[in-house]
Amino acid sequence: MSQLLAPPADFTGLSALLNHPAPIVLHQRRWHGPLVALVLAAVLLPTVANEYWLSAILVPFLILSLSGLGLNLLTGYTGQTSVGSAGFMAVGAFATYALLVRVPVLPLPVSILLGGLIAAAVGLLFGVPSGRIKGFYLMVTSLAAQFFLEWVFSKFPWFYNYGSSGTISAPHLEVAGFNLNTPAGKYGLVLVFVLALTWVAVNLVRSQTGRNWMAIRDMDTAAAVVGIPVYRYKLLAFAVSSFYLGIAGALWAFAYLGSASAQSFGITRSFQILFIIIIGGMGSIAGNFVGAAFISLLPLLLDTLGQNLFAGHVDAGLLQNIQKVIFGGLIIWFLIKEPDGLVRILSSIKERLALWPLRL
Amino acid sequence: MLHTNKRRALALLAAAAVAAFSGAAQAAANEQFIPLPTYRVGPYASSGLPWWGGLLDYYRYINEVEGGVDGVKLAYKEFETEWNTDRVVEVYERVKGGQNGSPVAFFFTHSTPASYALIEKGAADKIPLIDPAGGRTESTDGAVFPYAFPLLLNYYSQASVGINFIAQREGGFDKLKGKKIATVYHDSPYGRETQAAIELLAKKYGFENIQIPVADPGNEQSPQWRQVREAKPDWVFLRTWGVSTPVAIKTAARFGFPVDHIIGDVWAGSEADVIPAAAAAKGYKALAPFPGGTDFEIHKRLRKSIIDKGLSDLKDTKFFGSVYYNIGLINAVLSVEALRVGHKKFGNRALNGEEARWAFEHLEINEARLKQIGFQGLLQKLKITAADHEGGGAARVQEWDGSRWKLVTDWIQADRGTLRPLIDAKAAAYAKEKGITPRDTAKE
Repeated sequence: MSQLLAPPADFTGLSALLNHPAPIVLHQRRWHGPLVALVLAAVLLPTVANEYWLSAILVPFLILSLSGLGLNLLTGYTGQTSVGSAGFMAVGAFATYALLVRVPVLPLPVSILLGGLIAAAVGLLFGVPSGRIKGFYLMVTSLAAQFFLEWVFSKFPWFYNYGSSGTISAPHLEVAGFNLNTPAGKYGLVLVFVLALTWVAVNLVRSQTGRNWMAIRDMDTAAAVVGIPVYRYKLLAFAVSSFYLGIAGALWAFAYLGSASAQSFGITRSFQILFIIIIGGMGSIAGNFVGAAFISLLPLLLDTLGQNLFAGHVDAGLLQNIQKVIFGGLIIWFLIKEPDGLVRILSSIKERLALWPLRL
Repeated sequence: MLHTNKRRALALLAAAAVAAFSGAAQAAANEQFIPLPTYRVGPYASSGLPWWGGLLDYYRYINEVEGGVDGVKLAYKEFETEWNTDRVVEVYERVKGGQNGSPVAFFFTHSTPASYALIEKGAADKIPLIDPAGGRTESTDGAVFPYAFPLLLNYYSQASVGINFIAQREGGFDKLKGKKIATVYHDSPYGRETQAAIELLAKKYGFENIQIPVADPGNEQSPQWRQVREAKPDWVFLRTWGVSTPVAIKTAARFGFPVDHIIGDVWAGSEADVIPAAAAAKGYKALAPFPGGTDFEIHKRLRKSIIDKGLSDLKDTKFFGSVYYNIGLINAVLSVEALRVGHKKFGNRALNGEEARWAFEHLEINEARLKQIGFQGLLQKLKITAADHEGGGAARVQEWDGSRWKLVTDWIQADRGTLRPLIDAKAAAYAKEKGITPRDTAKE
């Protein structure tokens, strides 16, 4: 029984990946130039990018990054595994929908934020078992959350306003009189949320809270010994993570797809988000963006390449399967070359560039 | 050395990416661009493969044998989606601007969830979304949904045809009174979609309506069929999907429910649904707006000029004439016939979405035309108008004889008059929610 409650600390595999210590940097030379340029570029993008780039590439990429960020706070920073991310996204989407439909006086951003808060409350509830169980056992409870939430949102018609097919869609996207139902409007809405929440996350992980989370991740017994209320901080991580995921879910439903049902937030979405943080980099903020780019953009790039280079010469079904093989192969190659995620590769490139004139 | 190789590979990749995303511009020929979101990989590939086989074979037949539609070649292009709604949305955004100067005339969504996701985008971009025997039921009302076409047989009509077939077997609608009809359904939006329609029909004809859900994926159904045995229904309407269909047929046999009193829905009536159930499926019936079989005239033509010449998209020609192959054929012919209607009004050239909407809304396929194009018996008569985006509303019933589907009835018409007020009410609610002013369809 005691084994069940406290698995050995040297849990191999995934937990070794999770327990990789994040470097606590005391004096960091801030390199703000490129970051500011990147944000500026993102803000100015709608003036040059076409509709396809805005609504089919950038919007899903940003939203997936945000959900990766949500899961990374929980898994990468606090060490609590979860495969229930999509379930919390569903809570955010359906809660926002309920608010938009039933309390129409609320402005859109407020509804989305409240939807996020409701997701946070649900996340808190499903975080309760983390007080007693760890590692893979905790993962199983999050799996239960995933299936339970999916079931709830297809079982009870109240959640989708008694529509015939269990699908929700945003009644109107409008902020203070501005119509956001354009590609640029939706992109703007998503960008504002993603930038603001990323800024909050960056500061959160550098604060006392973030340090406590990392202490719990690295060794919870030691964290308890130095006086960190472990259980409370675990619950906090579940709540904050679910808040991020809830907002990502609402944006996914209303700013990207335009409509959603419980099936839009299935287990495959949860795995997709988990892969984003594993490939991008656990315990890293930038890693979520890199991972989301890899997971969501690379298949599109491969598809477009295949279309333009080989279409007509190679059988279409075969071409699709080859793309899957290449994608899977790349994932394995990257993980072997750099188990810490793509973000680690990027930072080593940056270090090399700093030394560049001297040595490549 | 390794480094140079790596750098060269990166440069190559970057160059390829630039080439891929910019897309080489070519001189615009007289061709109609048709983007096809497909699923040749992923969990639904087994139904996707014969589907694209039928669709592409017919398009090839039109291009190769007839020289295009009124001389306009069909430039179809596939985009893999794995039946994944977000991928379909991405493809839609990628292609909606057209290709090589040809606009997009219509977009097959090939999935009910994708039809839902795209419904507002399609209306905004003026691109008709075609989803035969699927889609959003209330989009039958073309006044509120000008750019959505759930052609042939919407979900309400599917329920109605099922009930009408039962009445036929019982010897008239008056015989339905006091009968028990159980609907065993996949607990999903698709499965629940017919509930309102059956409830209304139960009230009208006085039969008892029993609804029994099967949770996804439905590979264990003992509780449901125990419930069926306790309720002792006269007929079971089976609205399952994927693996839940053969499991239902097998479990019904185990619980002693006669298989010849089970009517499968459109999406529970392909070879893949019955072959796994083996002997238990013999005598099972299913609605067939897309009947299986190779005895239709069009199959003879295709065999001669496509299959025997090795031009078929099918890897394995044993799927020739399967239910999903024929779905592909029917989807293809609907789009081709609509293009012909459009060409008569706008000239023999590539149509844009607005013109194609007009064309679909004036599409009429009568018996004579069905005979001409070789689809007699395979496709129903059809008349689509601006107010009615369904057009047909009929299906035949086919029975599995242990090795193939056999058609056992002619076309059975749905009771569309009874169901239309339900559809209108839902469409009106949608219009109110979205602030849409329904257009005056009499003027179209």
